[in-house]
Amino acid sequence: MTTLTSVPRVTPAAEPPARFRDLLASEWIKTRSLRSTPWTIALTVLFVIGSAAVATMSDNAARSGPADFLPFDAYPPAGSWTLILVASSIGALTVVSEYSSGLIRTTTVAVPARGSVVLAKAAVTAALWTAVGTVTSTGSFLVSQAILNGHHAGVPITHPGVFRALAASALLAPVCALVGLGLGVLLRHAAATMVTSVFTLLMLPTMFSESNRWSADIKHALVSAAWKRLAQNWEPDPGSLGYTATVSGSWLVYALWPLITVALAVLVVRRRDV
Amino acid sequence: MGAVIEVSELTKRYGSKTAVDHLSFTVRPGQVTGFLGPNGAGKSTTLRMILALDAPTSGTATVDGVPFHRHPRGLRHVGALLDAGQVHGGRSAAAHLSALARSNGIPRRRVDEVLQEVGLAEVANRRIGGFSLGMKQRLGIATALLGDPPVLMFDEPINGMDPEGVLWVRRLFRRLAAEGRTVFLSSHLMSEMENTADQLVIIGRGRLIAAESVRDFAARGTRRSVVVATPQAAELAAVLTAAGASVEPEGSAGAERLAVTGLPADRIGALAFENRIRLDELTTRAASLEAAFMELTADSTEYLAGQPR
Repeated sequence: MTTLTSVPRVTPAAEPPARFRDLLASEWIKTRSLRSTPWTIALTVLFVIGSAAVATMSDNAARSGPADFLPFDAYPPAGSWTLILVASSIGALTVVSEYSSGLIRTTTVAVPARGSVVLAKAAVTAALWTAVGTVTSTGSFLVSQAILNGHHAGVPITHPGVFRALAASALLAPVCALVGLGLGVLLRHAAATMVTSVFTLLMLPTMFSESNRWSADIKHALVSAAWKRLAQNWEPDPGSLGYTATVSGSWLVYALWPLITVALAVLVVRRRDV
Repeated sequence: MGAVIEVSELTKRYGSKTAVDHLSFTVRPGQVTGFLGPNGAGKSTTLRMILALDAPTSGTATVDGVPFHRHPRGLRHVGALLDAGQVHGGRSAAAHLSALARSNGIPRRRVDEVLQEVGLAEVANRRIGGFSLGMKQRLGIATALLGDPPVLMFDEPINGMDPEGVLWVRRLFRRLAAEGRTVFLSSHLMSEMENTADQLVIIGRGRLIAAESVRDFAARGTRRSVVVATPQAAELAAVLTAAGASVEPEGSAGAERLAVTGLPADRIGALAFENRIRLDELTTRAASLEAAFMELTADSTEYLAGQPR
């Protein structure tokens, strides 16, 4: 047996300061080291841009309708729903996969500052999906315009409202990914998180119509309705019976959903046993 | 002195069930300390509280005087293997360790060093999902060593290892302790500790049963007894009882033996010689750690086979 007096002292090597950018780099290693990440992103980009091409090609009114509707061909519901579904699921998986495998415990022993881990994951997820969203949004617009140009019905990117539609469609991806991530931390179980994020992001908006004030208010507070309003580059018909969301209100919805879910996640993760 | 794990009045309740009950003990550097108890005794819960994964209901657990959650980064303070399955099967061993190292500002070359150390250098770029349990245990040990910490904690590290792996792991723990580190090792098997640990902390139903050196523990558990085989069992029993020993018959008819406690083997031999009793066998039975452990924890076993609870 070793006696204490003969024991050489072990002191931890000089510890470098805890830097947030090391956590970002760590989360980025985790993201890119999964083979499924590039595949999922490539397929999503292809499908979203493909759905824009299909929607534009089947738009028979393209030559006769008012030019304002034309940029909207680039953003059909099939494309945005796919983006919402994939981004929110992958965002959720970045945390849910850690909870289901128990890796979260290994991570938390390495980084006891749990809130920082959630913020680092959120930052990497937001950056990745902003990039993906920008590619799909720009790609959809360019493909759609290339087809419309064939009919001599193209619209330049400088056309009023086009840039807003482009930005809103690009940011839809990080907004949904962050909501998925926040819900993932709160719920921890894969199935519960998927069902909840699909329900709140995709199903809930279809429950509410714009014909009543209260119903329209709820609808306008939801992400997919906000996207729809921001992607429309025409102003609502003044004679319309329905209520329409405001542009600034829709941007606010875009900001608040990820902000609130991620803030709740940071709060809860600090208090709960891992 | 080096880093000490100090657990004081630690308690964890889940609803009405108390998993850990006013537990206090100290784990010192330079030694391997075994943490023993039957399944469900609260070992893993205690380890999780020391690592600040679970918050105690009351009481404190500190490493080197500091609650673990105060450290913004942990790998340079404590290395831990809680469950070898706590990895993502889709990543390679190298990627898994690289992400952990990077989060603590540990240089990348340390990843190759620990993979070499645990013998996984050749499979560094294979997906963890294809690893055997023994390989995952080695990866978990590599994770614990990553930050070169003064304190190491392992929860059932030998599960799933082949005999060569078990020997390697024992030598590793001895070496880490000899380097002056604090090595805290949980197990539900006493036999794992016999050749590895210097000190023991034994718990049952969340309470402390014993905290002492392996030698003291072995000595106080089962009393030493001497087994005697003789054709004149009845005569010898009378002589030994008269000399103050207690005698229990053992074995089957035809091959009867006596288990004698209270007299050493040489006294028994001398008494037999004086009384002209022939002895066929005279063996001192060493107290076994396993027997001592079973005796101590018999009252606190959480799940007993065949007993309605």
